[in-house]
Amino acid sequence: MLRIRETSDQPSRRQVLKAGAAAGAGLIIGFHWSPRRAFAKSADDAGETFAPNAFVRVAPDNTVTVLSKHIEFGQGTYTGLATLVAEELDADWDQIRVETAPADAYLYNNLHWGPVQGTGGSSSLGNSYMQLRRAGAMARALLVEAAARRWRVPEFLVTVDKGVVSHAASKRSATFGELAAEAAELPPPVDVTLKDPKDFKLIGTHVPRVDSRDKSRGTARFTIDMTLPDMLTAVIARPRVFGATVKSLDATAAKAVAGVTDVVEIPRGVAVVAKGFWAAKTGRDKLVIDWDTSAAETRGSAEIMAEYKRLAAKPGDMVRQDGDAEKAIAGAATVLEAAFEFPFLAHAPMEALDCLVRLGSNGCDVWTGSQLPTLDQGTAAAILGLAPEQVRVHTLLTGGSFGRRATPDSDMVAEAVHVAKAIGGRAPVKVIWTREDDIQGGRYRPMYYHTLKGGLDKAGNLVGWQHRIVGQSILKGTPFEGALVKDGIDQTSVEGASNLPYAIPGITIDLHTTDVRVPVLWWRAVGSTHTAYAVETFMDELAAAAGRDPVEFRRPLLAGHPRHAGVLELAAEKVGWGTPLGPGRGRGIAVAESFHSYVAQVADVTVEDDGFLKVDRVVCAVDCGLAVTPDVVRAQMEGGIGYGLGAILHDAITLDDGGRVEQANFDTYVPLRIDEMPQVEVHIVPSSEAPTGVGEPGVPPIGPAVANAVFAATGKRIRTLPFADHDLSRA
Amino acid sequence: MIAFTLNGRRRQVDVPDDTPLLWVIREELGLTGTKFGCGIAQCGACTVHMDGAPVRSCSMAVAAVDGADIVTIEGLSGEAAAAVQGAWEDLDVVQCGYCQSGQIMSAVALLTDNPKPTDTDIDDAMSGNVCRCATYVRIRAAIHEAAKRLGG
Repeated sequence: MLRIRETSDQPSRRQVLKAGAAAGAGLIIGFHWSPRRAFAKSADDAGETFAPNAFVRVAPDNTVTVLSKHIEFGQGTYTGLATLVAEELDADWDQIRVETAPADAYLYNNLHWGPVQGTGGSSSLGNSYMQLRRAGAMARALLVEAAARRWRVPEFLVTVDKGVVSHAASKRSATFGELAAEAAELPPPVDVTLKDPKDFKLIGTHVPRVDSRDKSRGTARFTIDMTLPDMLTAVIARPRVFGATVKSLDATAAKAVAGVTDVVEIPRGVAVVAKGFWAAKTGRDKLVIDWDTSAAETRGSAEIMAEYKRLAAKPGDMVRQDGDAEKAIAGAATVLEAAFEFPFLAHAPMEALDCLVRLGSNGCDVWTGSQLPTLDQGTAAAILGLAPEQVRVHTLLTGGSFGRRATPDSDMVAEAVHVAKAIGGRAPVKVIWTREDDIQGGRYRPMYYHTLKGGLDKAGNLVGWQHRIVGQSILKGTPFEGALVKDGIDQTSVEGASNLPYAIPGITIDLHTTDVRVPVLWWRAVGSTHTAYAVETFMDELAAAAGRDPVEFRRPLLAGHPRHAGVLELAAEKVGWGTPLGPGRGRGIAVAESFHSYVAQVADVTVEDDGFLKVDRVVCAVDCGLAVTPDVVRAQMEGGIGYGLGAILHDAITLDDGGRVEQANFDTYVPLRIDEMPQVEVHIVPSSEAPTGVGEPGVPPIGPAVANAVFAATGKRIRTLPFADHDLSRA
Repeated sequence: MIAFTLNGRRRQVDVPDDTPLLWVIREELGLTGTKFGCGIAQCGACTVHMDGAPVRSCSMAVAAVDGADIVTIEGLSGEAAAAVQGAWEDLDVVQCGYCQSGQIMSAVALLTDNPKPTDTDIDDAMSGNVCRCATYVRIRAAIHEAAKRLGG
């Protein structure tokens, strides 16, 4: 999602002290501040807990708790981060627990963006890689020192294996838990030595997910599962047209519903507060609201797309210019042109948005699952007139997000805080979004229109490439604008196109940024969800026009990009590229880099005579540097393929001529189901490069790989998404 | 007053007849393993067993379960449940995990009826359960693995 400057990967001691001092004793839940023990024990721990830094706690019961600065919404981050700590600590995997850290922009800064605590842009593992290894190594060093002091032996003769600290000569050993109290008294070392990667015991191996058991037994706790004494539940009526406001309200019928306690207006709509969800929802459905649409977006999707097409006739803001593409294409033997239309897309995570807020004399507590907890903290504080540290954000497991829970203006948290404030803080309030609220609530992947023009010389070599992109900026008007919008170019609008890896003498890429009052947001893999589709299907068109095999066509053009070429070749090899498929079947390939990870996918499809399309098999090759938890990498590729496939096959959020969203629930915004899921094989490129993320990079190649396979099977090109709008039958 | 058996225990609730069973289970009776996903029986996150058969509790008025035997993820027991949950953990099926209670309820019902399901049987039994993380590859593999463990 985001790709900002790299910064130092460890908060300085000064930053840590400053953050601790600012927070004050006991204000960060789970931590007591004391100068001697900077990250002391959790309030409810019994005995002496050893907390050498902000990320590791060793309890007397011998459990090791890793504090995750990143949210777990399925992408396996808890398991990945715990692996880093456990590796350097030489812990036993069974003693590892993971908790989400409290919101704190200094201690839990995302080192790729900072200073913000945030999860996104497939950055969790990458930005934490050295930081959490150091955290584990620091804890290990102190446990070793504690043992050496206890046994009066030199530290270098003390060894650690699977959570047991030993001195071989004297046959003495102790568990981490037994040493915790003594280790807690020692000053942290200035520096620590990290393992040589050849000595890794956990990194690069199969470790079981830390959350599998709870999630397989119904005991994992999500925001929607939180309850507090006297808690009320709220469901909010929001306008059917983006940007509309309440003109008049008749709440008589809503208030008559048994269990409804309050009906309150908040900036984004009207909240019905009740003793439970069903009463709140029943009340919400009985509200009579007249909306003022004078400042709203009332254009429909067709009108917006028509405007985009008009804009595409003219040059936009220059994104990239290599050589002279216009001249190269003018002199080309063959010129191809194509235009692509991409709809709005909703994220539709299984757990729709929800947030629980409790106001009290000592500030505000927020329970939710947010990708940007410190921004939410600031937003809540501003609404309530509090200092940020008076807002305690408790991050829970989250039932998916795909970017939806990373709203720079904290829509989900702001609404819940407004509702709690509007009822005078009388009771804790949990706001639950229905699926309809989620699908119709905006924050979509923006609509885009692309035009491409390519030129081939007489020998079939690609000599010119012009790519024009028209669409809405995600970042304009957000706190991230300064870092990620450069010279008017929102990097998230063009990523996946601007970093075109192919060696082409003339390249021009330009952008029209449009003004549409539909709220938009990053959607799993962001810009590459549309750019990779346009680029990789157009490459397939060019290869066909050149009479060349798609892999062979790309190969020389990727000579300067070995990691792209590496995954392309691996995927082709593993699928048996070139072997014949039966009638009605087709095979397509695509390659894309996103968030510094490289993925190629080959799709095998069957298109029946009546046009029924089935994606039978996908072979995926991924280069994400060192694969810290290979099974999580495989899982994210499988999931990314399924998520991307559902979107290209079925999904579009469309606005009718009055600007109303036409889809409402899973009957009209159709999710991929198990019968449509292809077989997936994932192959990981062995690498010693620094690890990069895998949450998003599995998504971009699947659309173009399937589209190219459909072309191979049918001769039809799909340039307007989704596929469901097209007839693939042999008519 | 509506009475039914929940996870082997007789329960009585005093709520409007049209209240969906899901919200009675979650809010009145405090069992939160059963999830709210869509409210219109399209996603299966709310799947429970009613007299042994999988039903979508979000769209089942509580009045309709008067006298019935309801089992949720918290009350699962027996060989099929143990095999399914064991396979789910061993294959690390879950990602976000939110839909998985419903997936497991459907999978247990499938294997109870059909100890050796084919891929088509799995598609038929499981296509009412949506997973937005798309853990479907592993759901399929885990059902086959559970069937193997059950000797099917």
